[in-house]
Amino acid sequence: MTFLFFIFAALTLIGGIGVVVNRNPVTSAFSMIVSFLGLAALFIQLNAYLVGVLQVLVYAGAIMVLFLFIIMLLDIPKAENKRFPVFTLGASVVVVVSFVTLVITVITKSGVGTAKLPAIEAQKGPGQSDVHQIGELLFSTYWFPVQIVAVLLLVSTVGVVVLSKRELK
Amino acid sequence: MDWYIILAATIKIVVFVFLVTLPLVAMSVWAERRVSAAIQDRVGPNRVGPAGLLQPVADGIKFLLKEDFTPNHVRKSFYWLAPALTMIPSLLTCAVIPFGSQLFGEKMVIADLDVGPLFVFAVASLTVYGIVLAGWASNSKYPFLGSVRSTSQMISYEISLGLSIVPLLMIYGELNLGRIVMEQAQNGWALLPLWGEGLSVKGWLLAIPLFISFIVFTTSMFAETNRLPFDLPECETELVAGYHTEYSSMKFALFFLGEYAAMIIGSGLAVTLFFGGWSLPFGWLTPESIDAEVPFWHGLIHIGVFFAKVILFIIFFIAVRWTLPRFRYDQLMKLGWVVFFELALANVILTALLLMWLK
Repeated sequence: MTFLFFIFAALTLIGGIGVVVNRNPVTSAFSMIVSFLGLAALFIQLNAYLVGVLQVLVYAGAIMVLFLFIIMLLDIPKAENKRFPVFTLGASVVVVVSFVTLVITVITKSGVGTAKLPAIEAQKGPGQSDVHQIGELLFSTYWFPVQIVAVLLLVSTVGVVVLSKRELK
Repeated sequence: MDWYIILAATIKIVVFVFLVTLPLVAMSVWAERRVSAAIQDRVGPNRVGPAGLLQPVADGIKFLLKEDFTPNHVRKSFYWLAPALTMIPSLLTCAVIPFGSQLFGEKMVIADLDVGPLFVFAVASLTVYGIVLAGWASNSKYPFLGSVRSTSQMISYEISLGLSIVPLLMIYGELNLGRIVMEQAQNGWALLPLWGEGLSVKGWLLAIPLFISFIVFTTSMFAETNRLPFDLPECETELVAGYHTEYSSMKFALFFLGEYAAMIIGSGLAVTLFFGGWSLPFGWLTPESIDAEVPFWHGLIHIGVFFAKVILFIIFFIAVRWTLPRFRYDQLMKLGWVVFFELALANVILTALLLMWLK
């Protein structure tokens, strides 16, 4: 089934390139969805069903809908071929170079192709799927980070309500 | 063995999706017209074939032969993409719904995933793109208003739809739809705990949160499939025909079919989660375990039972459509965010407390 990996990897990359290359923001948003779907398929190929499905449910299904919604409502015009100021160009070169260096360092240090990870047993029977495993870990070993994330989300929700109601006073 | 798995999967996909679900879509359009006629004391389409049964075929031919008109002011590529994007996710969700127990030792589900309900919600949440795109690509005001309404409606009700089945998953401790059905076949359906372990104080107490979650689930399902009383996206008195105003011929038909396919899959999911899927009541003809051998004719009966339940649920959908008036848009959003969202959350807590107490 290696050919499936290549198909979905290609899909992910084509989507990613499409986001950058397209001038129409709606087309860009759609390329991003394609990229997310390809990524979800790659996760599922690794037997990480929950992660793959959540990728579709949360990113492709919810967040990108809001992106698209706002792009359409604001009717953002196509990006024009304009000249970038020198500072922007310089900053983007720095960011790209440091990111590429980071990726190369990670890849060379991690020993790709030689390191062996312990196999994960998934899909064995009732109560042993990856959903159960992740749930058990989240609510036993990692209960504290989960609580912190929950409080953070609550704070941001309250913040949004306060910000959007400000004009009423 | 590899080719055998692929062959079995292909046969299941072709038979279940293309030879059963798609004709069922056509038949439910016919049923919709006949039932609505009966409710309004009319006759309905009864000319083509016996009792008008061939009407869907005539409709299909008409859709294919009409001129496929593309208005000048649309954004072409997205305009073409939108109908496909409404149809495809609806059919994709068929993959995880168990439509029978076993036949020739082969499980009657296309993909026996351990994340069944999550998969359905994930793929169903992609349907909204078809509608968003249709409204935007049409480049005219009524479709755009329709699609804006639809998007916010579907995003809002997705939350209560997802939350509503959490109590059920907590009680069964399982995300595999096949095993959920098996559990219900042996110990009483979620809404009818009358046999097995369900016939106890525990079973009856747990039926209370299950009933609440069934109500929230079904109502959210109506909103998700844009059916009356929640069909604001295509509300004809205000928006001409909503997001598909600018579409004609087969492209329009694809929106139409997508809506009905979503309705059928929704019914299938409701039947699977709350009415024991393919199982008969009182544990009749129920196999010993999920892997036990099932006789051939038992397998056939199970498939028949599943589709009988789905058809009953579709008729319920249709009867509701022709009985209730349409909600106002602010009422719809208020119902979703103020009533159902909180109800689903409270239901989760209630279930957790009950499960702790009964342990």
